[in-house]
Amino acid sequence: MISGILTLHLLMFPHLELNIMAETVDGKKDEADYKRLHSFPLIRHTDMAEEMRVETMELCVTACEKFASNNESAAKMIKESMDKKFGNSWHVVIGEGFGFEITHEVKNLLYMFFGGSLAVCVWKCS
Amino acid sequence: MSVPHKVGTVKSKQATNVNTQPKAPVAKVVKAAGKKKDEEEATDTAEGEEWMPGKTLVKPSDQLDLTEEELNEEITRVLTANNPNAPQNVVRYGFKEGCYKPIIFVDQMAIHFELEGNLVHKESDEGRRLMAKQAERDDGKGAEKLDNVAKAGDKERKLTNQFNFNERASQTLNNPPRDISCQTEPPPRANFSATANQWEIYDFYVEELKRREKSKEKQEGQVLNKEEDKSKKKMIQAETQSDDITQLAHAAKIIERMVNQNIFDEVAQDFMYFEDAADEFRGEKGTLLPLWKLQYDKAKGLSVTALCWNPKYSDLFAVGLGSYEFTQEERGMLLFYTLKNSSYPEFIFNTTSGVMCVDIHAQLSYLVAVGLHDGCVAVYNLKKKSDQPIYNSTASSGKHRGAVMQVKWQKDDLDSNHNFISVSTDGRVVSWTLVKHELVFTDIIKLPATDKVPDDLKDVIATAGTSLDFHKQKDYHFLVATEAGKIHKGSKYYSSKFLETYDAHFMTVSRVRWNPFHPNVFISCGWDWMVKIWDQTIKSPIFTFELKTSVTDVAWAPYSSTIFAAITNDGKVHVFDLSINKYEALCQQKVVSKKTRLLHIEFNPVNPIIIVGDDRGHVISLKLSPNLRKKPKEKKGQELPKGPEVEIAKMEQLLSSLR
Repeated sequence: MISGILTLHLLMFPHLELNIMAETVDGKKDEADYKRLHSFPLIRHTDMAEEMRVETMELCVTACEKFASNNESAAKMIKESMDKKFGNSWHVVIGEGFGFEITHEVKNLLYMFFGGSLAVCVWKCS
Repeated sequence: MSVPHKVGTVKSKQATNVNTQPKAPVAKVVKAAGKKKDEEEATDTAEGEEWMPGKTLVKPSDQLDLTEEELNEEITRVLTANNPNAPQNVVRYGFKEGCYKPIIFVDQMAIHFELEGNLVHKESDEGRRLMAKQAERDDGKGAEKLDNVAKAGDKERKLTNQFNFNERASQTLNNPPRDISCQTEPPPRANFSATANQWEIYDFYVEELKRREKSKEKQEGQVLNKEEDKSKKKMIQAETQSDDITQLAHAAKIIERMVNQNIFDEVAQDFMYFEDAADEFRGEKGTLLPLWKLQYDKAKGLSVTALCWNPKYSDLFAVGLGSYEFTQEERGMLLFYTLKNSSYPEFIFNTTSGVMCVDIHAQLSYLVAVGLHDGCVAVYNLKKKSDQPIYNSTASSGKHRGAVMQVKWQKDDLDSNHNFISVSTDGRVVSWTLVKHELVFTDIIKLPATDKVPDDLKDVIATAGTSLDFHKQKDYHFLVATEAGKIHKGSKYYSSKFLETYDAHFMTVSRVRWNPFHPNVFISCGWDWMVKIWDQTIKSPIFTFELKTSVTDVAWAPYSSTIFAAITNDGKVHVFDLSINKYEALCQQKVVSKKTRLLHIEFNPVNPIIIVGDDRGHVISLKLSPNLRKKPKEKKGQELPKGPEVEIAKMEQLLSSLR
């Protein structure tokens, strides 16, 4: 039933479909462009000290590049390294679309973007 | 020689009796020995009689005399083992017989010496017990040692003498244990929330890129800044190393000031307290009392080209040094003196070209704007230790093409950037704004060319501006004086033409100033020996004073609207008070030696002193006598209104009387 309705809509607005198709082709090009431009690691919010921030950022970039397809493994790698380096206990979330509200220890939060579409949030709360 | 003792029978003679007797003096012993020989020889007479010499028998006096028979008698002596001390007649009561019976067998043992030993036989019970104990003690040691122990067991036991070593034990008081617990504060926590969406990420990246582009543009301007930072860092490092010296510098500064105050103690006292009492008898006239004379030896050959009091510190003033002649070598200085230390300037800045004018910002008294002879303007920051100005106008950023004659700070503009206005001999009035790291200029107005200049050359030949002053209340009105003798009144908002032009003097106008109180009055002086006071609404001057030689500077007194002072080329200071005498100066005093020209004068905003600069680079401070500082007399019963209104009213009165 639902699929039937969908096909009906597409048939009713063929011109829109074409437009959408054209847009998506351009869109993909743009996407590729901005992904290239925007793939550098960018810190969105942090209250860490300078050294800790740099180290954590490097770690996140390494992990995300290593496990580009598997967010869970990347998060696992980040979490374990942070636990060892800076103490228990750290929490890591990696994803492309999520909302969050967290309680973190002061001076132990890093929220950054990477790779144009990935968001990484790392915080400590024991 | 040994005499064999025969046990049992011994042939006894009288001699032998003598022998057994205890008395045996040496002589007798010898004799006895000799007699024993005789005995032996008597038995062995047969053998040794021949060699023995004649023997004589010596009888002692108490010897018994016995007969021969008695002498030959053989007496037997028997040695028995009987104890001579033992009782021989011990009697015991026998209960059977009921009588005492003698006991024959008496114990004959006499104990001469008794020593209790502590040797115990190995095989005996006690010995075995002791050995067992020892074995227990030496369990840890080897089996070999057991034998030694067994053998030496008795010996060891002997060593631990129970009489020398004692065991004592006691228990000290132990504090009772207490439980203390403490809970540390947990590390502080904070909440944070955000959303991670594709569009949020995209937006943020775009913003970041924009920000980076902007910062790249600024980087060129910032490169200079970074170099400054690096040099500052080096300076800071050097400073921290020489901390002791800097502390010493502070102490040395205080001492310098104290020494100066001690040296010029009279001057300081005069400055504070001296009021010329003779003024009462002098009628209207007043005098100027010379106080400090400030000079700097490296400023020789330079003339004082500008004076400016610091609005915040009433004892600090700026002196600009340069030269009015073009042939002189191009160098200049900006010095800051304080009256507390009259022997050496507080701040010294060397400039590449002569300083022509100085102005200190009204609010931020560390910002000093300087106009130079080569047309540059520079801004110095007194808080910074460096010798270089923080801003400098270069040829590219629209510097003047002629010497800058006057600079004046303005109020901060809408972007709260500081700005000042300058006028120079190239005829331009330019506003300079301090933006970040550079000076941005805006032409306000160009001075109109004089009539003498033919029309086609009007753009080329500039009219030199010599003085500039801004109205105290309406600070968009300003007055510009020119070399041609005209004074133009303009407004910052009209850039095409002036509001008014006054034909002031025949020669260069050296100074024009608004009255600090009255909004319509200003004063001007020129090289044509004239000082003129104007009302801006009237084209011709209200007052005109002719001083015998060209007037180089004129200044209003800050405490009265009717008092002003003018200086002339012959080294005289003229002080006028219009409310007292409209035609003559109250004081005409020569303050410098011959051939020295006075170039600038400024009133101190707070204290009743003036400073005068001459063409030798010296600055002289003078105190105004009471007659020169008069306020209107109080009428009995009426309270004297104070404040600028009074001054304005005073002036108004004067003006109305003339119209």
